[in-house]
Amino acid sequence: MPLVTVSDLTKTYVVGQTAVPALRGVSLAIDSGEFVAVMGSSGSGKSTLMNLLGCLDAPSSGTYHLAGQDVLRLSSNKLAAVRNTSIGFVFQQFNLLARATALENVELPMVYAGLRRRERRRRAREALAQVGLSEREHHRPSQLSGGQQQRVAIARALVNQPLLLLADEPTGALDSVTSEEIMAALVRLNEGGLTVVVVTHDPEVARYARRVIHFKDGRVVSDDLNQAMRAAA
Amino acid sequence: MKLANSTLAALRAVRVNKLRSALTMLGIVLGVSSVTVMMAVGGGASQRIQTEMRNLGANTIVLNSGALKSGGVSKGQGSRPSVTLADAQAIENEVPAVVAASPQHNFAGMQLIYGNANWSTLVTGTTPEYLTIRNWTVSRGRAFDREDVVQGSKVVVLGRTVAEKLFGNQSPVGQEIRVNRIPMTVIGELAAKGQSLAGLDTDDTAVIPISTALNRVIGRNPANPRAISGVIIKVRDGANMASAFTEIRQVVRERHGLLPAQEDDFYLINLTEVMRAKEDSARALGILLAAIASVSLLVGGIGIMNIMLVSVTERIREIGLRLAVGARRSDILGQFLVEAITLSLIGGIAGVALGLGGAVAVERYANLGVVLNGQLSLVAMAFAAGVGIFFGFYPAWKASLLQPVEALRSD
Repeated sequence: MPLVTVSDLTKTYVVGQTAVPALRGVSLAIDSGEFVAVMGSSGSGKSTLMNLLGCLDAPSSGTYHLAGQDVLRLSSNKLAAVRNTSIGFVFQQFNLLARATALENVELPMVYAGLRRRERRRRAREALAQVGLSEREHHRPSQLSGGQQQRVAIARALVNQPLLLLADEPTGALDSVTSEEIMAALVRLNEGGLTVVVVTHDPEVARYARRVIHFKDGRVVSDDLNQAMRAAA
Repeated sequence: MKLANSTLAALRAVRVNKLRSALTMLGIVLGVSSVTVMMAVGGGASQRIQTEMRNLGANTIVLNSGALKSGGVSKGQGSRPSVTLADAQAIENEVPAVVAASPQHNFAGMQLIYGNANWSTLVTGTTPEYLTIRNWTVSRGRAFDREDVVQGSKVVVLGRTVAEKLFGNQSPVGQEIRVNRIPMTVIGELAAKGQSLAGLDTDDTAVIPISTALNRVIGRNPANPRAISGVIIKVRDGANMASAFTEIRQVVRERHGLLPAQEDDFYLINLTEVMRAKEDSARALGILLAAIASVSLLVGGIGIMNIMLVSVTERIREIGLRLAVGARRSDILGQFLVEAITLSLIGGIAGVALGLGGAVAVERYANLGVVLNGQLSLVAMAFAAGVGIFFGFYPAWKASLLQPVEALRSD
C-alpha cells in the first residue's frame, strides 16, 4: 500500500468575489521510501499540493490517505498529532524561532509531543549530530549561516521520526554550494528509508530526485522517473 | 511540563521587548498598587473605629444634660442642667436591661500640679463602675471604690498621659498632687488606650470620686445644685439596645415631669449605634476607594490586551510554524494566555511592593493608621492574574484560530 494516496484533489481559493482554482483534480500515489520532486512554475499548484499533503490546509474536494488513514476526517487535534509525529517540514525561509537556540528549536516538536525534558534534550542532540551541528547546539539562528539554519530545520523535521519529509524550496534561500550540501543531506536521509517530497522550480534540485512530477495550472502534466537516472538505468 | 515551557517562552518574550513590557506592566503596577493602598487605608480606618468602640465599651448609652435656649439661640449640650445623680440611680434600678449607670461630673482644662510640674486635663468625677463600662483597667496602684465615693475621699486615678506629664517615668502612686488647688492622693494609674477616632488623647484625663468632684474639686452647678454632667449607661450583653434606649428615655422623661408634647430636656445617645454607623460609612468609603482604584486596573488590563494583540500579529509566522510542527489550538491559546498572565503577574508583584511602600508612606507622612496584611497582597495578585486571563484571552483565542497555511504564508 502506498504511503500517500490522493485522488481527485481540488482546491479553490476565494479571493473577494472570484474563485481562483489552485488544484483542478490531482490524483497520485507515493510509496514509502520514494524521493519525489514536484516541479512547476509559480501558480502551478505545487505549493498548494504541498500544504494539503502536510495537513496544513484542507482541500475543496477529493480524498487523502496517509499511511492508510483518511486524514480529511480527522479532528483538529488529531491533525495536529499527525503533523507532529508523521510529517516533517523543511521550509524555504527555515522558520526557526529567532529567540531560541538550535537545541531548543529542535526540541520544539517534542514539546508538543509531550516528551520529558531529559528525553527531548537527548534526542535533539542526536538529531543535531546527525546533521553535523553538534558544535552549534547553543547558537541562535542569527549566529548561524543559512546552510546551518536549514540543517537545524532538517534536524527539527526528523526528531519525531516522521513517515514523510516535505521540503518546500529547501534551497531557495541558499547559494549553490550550500544547496548541494542540503540536497546531499536529504538524499542520505532518503537512502536511510525516509520518504522525501521536495517542491521546487529549480531543475538542479529536481536532479536529486528519482521521480519528478510536473505541475501546470493545477494539474499533473507529467510524472516520470528522473531522466538522468533513467539514462543511468 | 508544557506550562513550564510556555512560562519560559513568555518570560523570554517579556525580556526581548523590555521597554514595551515595562510600559504595559505599568498600568497593572499602578492599578494594583492603588488598590493595595486604598484597601490598607480603608482597613486602617475601620480598625480605628473598632478600637474606639472597644475603648468606649460595648453596649453603651450616654445620657447628657439638655441644651438651654435663650432667645432662640441654643447653648449646646449641658447648658441646661437637668440630669441628676438620682436619675442615674433610677435608670439602674428601673430598667432591667441596664447593668450599670455611672454618673459623671466633668470639668475640662482643670489644672493639676505636682512639685513644679503642672498639666491641665479633663477631670471626671464618677463611680467605680465607670472604668468597667469603658473597659478601662488600672496598670498601677488601684481604682477608687464605693467607700471612697461615700467618704468623698481626696483620691485621684491618673490617665497615662497625665501621669507622664507630672511624674515622667516614676510611679505616681502614693504621691500627693493638687487638683484645682486641692491636695489629693494619687492611688492609681490607668492603662494606656491611645487616640480616639476624633484624634483626641483618651489618656489625657484624671478620674476622681463623684462626691469629691461635686463637693470640693469641680463644685455644683449654680442653676441646679443637684445636676451632674451626664450618665454613662451599660446595657446587658445580648439585650435589645433599641428597647433599652426607649425605656431609659421614658424613665428620665417621667422623672423630669415632661408632658407628652414637651421635648426632651436631655440628650440620650446610643454610642454603639453611632460607632456602627461610622464603621459602615468607613467601610463604604473603603469600597468606593477600591472601586475607583480598580478602574486603573481595568485600564491596565486593556493595555495588556492591546499589547498581546500586537504580539500575536507580530508572531503569526511563529504561530504557523508551531502549528506545523504539531501544536494544537489549545497549545497556542495556552501560550499566549500564559504570556498575558506573566505580564500581569510581574506587574502585580511590583504593584503590591509599591502599594505596601505607599501604605507605609501614608502611615508615616499622612499620620493615618493603615492595615497591611499578606492576605491583601494575595488578593491583589490574584486580581492581577485575573486581569491577565480576562484581557489576555481574546488575543490568545484569536491566535489559536489562525490557519497554519495562512499563518506560515504571512511575513
